[in-house]
Formats: sequence, C-alpha cells, structure tokens
Amino acid sequence: MIDPVHGWNVSFKPVIIGFVLSLLLILAAYFIVVEPVLAGWSLTFVIIGLGTLQALLQFVFFLHLGAESKPRWGLMIFLFMVLVILVIVLGSLWIMHNLDYHIMPTKGY
Amino acid sequence: MTTPPIVHESSPDTHHDVYSRTIFGFWVYLLTDFMVFATLFITYAVLHPNTFGGPSGKELFNLPFTLIQTLLLLTSSLTVGLGGVCAHRKLKKWTLFLFFITFLFGIGFMWMEVNEFTRLIEGGNSWQRNAFLSVYFTLVGTHGLHMLFALLWVIVLLIPVCYHGIKPNSVKRLTCLRMFWQFLNIVWVFIFSIVYLLGVA
Repeated sequence: MIDPVHGWNVSFKPVIIGFVLSLLLILAAYFIVVEPVLAGWSLTFVIIGLGTLQALLQFVFFLHLGAESKPRWGLMIFLFMVLVILVIVLGSLWIMHNLDYHIMPTKGY
Repeated sequence: MTTPPIVHESSPDTHHDVYSRTIFGFWVYLLTDFMVFATLFITYAVLHPNTFGGPSGKELFNLPFTLIQTLLLLTSSLTVGLGGVCAHRKLKKWTLFLFFITFLFGIGFMWMEVNEFTRLIEGGNSWQRNAFLSVYFTLVGTHGLHMLFALLWVIVLLIPVCYHGIKPNSVKRLTCLRMFWQFLNIVWVFIFSIVYLLGVA
C-alpha cells in the first residue's frame, strides 16, 4: 500500500527489511571484533565501513531517504550534510595528525 | 480575504502542505544535529589515545552488555517505525501500543546506560580522570540526553492521542518523533562501531 501523499510511510515492509539487515550487520561487526578475524587498520576500516553501511540502510529503509518525489530537496540537504561532515572529519584528522607530528617530538615518528 | 478559511480536520490532504513542510524542516534539524555529533566523534577520534596512564576502552567496556543495549535500541527503532505506519493508517490502539513498547525499550536502554556510567564512575573512572574519559562521557552523554528528551516527548504525544484519537496534527507530530528516534539509533550505530567495537578491538 503506497499512499501518493505520504509515500513509504504507510507500508510495514521497508521497516522490517531495514530491521533485519541492521541486525545482521550488527552481529557481523560484533563477531569480527570478538573472534579476531582481522587486525590493525583493516579491522578499523571494516568496522567503520559496516557501521556506515548500516547507517545508510537505516536512512533508506527507516527515514525513507530518496523516496520523495521530484524536486528531491531532502536528498540534496542530506548530500550537503555528508559533504560538511566529510570536510569536518577529514580536515580535523589531517590537521590534528599534522600538529601531533610537528609539536610532539617525544613520540619519535 | 476573498476565500474564507476552511478547516477540514478529517481529511489529511488539506494538511499536506503543512505536513510536508514540517517534516522537511524537521529533517533539516536532524541533519544539523548529525553535524553536532560529527564534531563530537572527531573530538573522540583525536583524543581517545590520551588516557594519562589510566585504563583504555579495552579494560573499561563490557562488549556483550553494550551489544544487548544496541539490540534494545534497534528493536525500539523497529517498533517506532511500525507505530508510525499505524499512525498513518489511523489505527489508534496499535499506535498507542507500539509507541508504548518503544518507550519501554527506551527506558531499558537508558537504564543500562546509567548502569554503565555509575560502574565507570564508582571504579574511579569519571570524566575528570583523563581526556579519553572526558570525551567518552561527552559523546555518549549527549546521545543519552537526546534519548531523555525523546522519552519525555513520547509521554507528551501519547496523552492527547489517548484522549482524542489520531488527528491529522498528531500524525505529523508522531512522524517527527519517529524520525527523531530513528535518527538517535543511527547515531548509536556509529557510537557502537567507533567507541565500543574499535575501543575493545
């Protein structure tokens, strides 16, 4: 049942699909950490990757990202948010790492 | 004024414009709140190795406990989603039931979080000890504060629905609450991955 006004809001299906997929991803990430399959940077990237994937799935299935009709303002604002967050996160990591490298001589890089 | 103001309380279509504008405004608010959490996450990423001789996340966190907490919040995200669908279908009893279940899951989640905070503080690991604990309490505490407001919001919204049934306005309000709750779950996904899983690994 898809209501033309409220779109996906009137169907149970996406909510249940989103729940099952999130559950699988949570358990997968948990077991990767508990049974140390990976180590070091690869573990970090896999865990952050699984988390980001789960967040995206929840955006799509719970918050109905991209399900709106043509002028997709919601999606545009979302993409702008992603851009701002990437600038904040990558920029801060870069600057703080640089500072650490230049003003903490005891660390012996 | 050439046209008299007409109010059709029974038909949701006349509220479509107000409805979609409200939902859009709330969506923009949620995304800016994500930016707040992003700055807290990056502060955590920068400061978490600085334990000043104290224990790191590996010794402090209890991963099975946090997994249960995560599953509680995920299940509440499911029930609030189903409750939102029921609100659109004007099923009063199911809406009340599902939002109440969500409320109980939220209480369970908060109870576990308070338990964990007291365990840390009683073990001498409060936010005053080192930079890692300061940023940990700030990040997880900010999420907890949002949860607290969401719980209050559930109570405030359910009382009128209980007495007057589901009006078009209450569909709008319940949808905002549902979005807020699911947004908090998405933030928790990152807290679980970055703070807990990577903290223990």
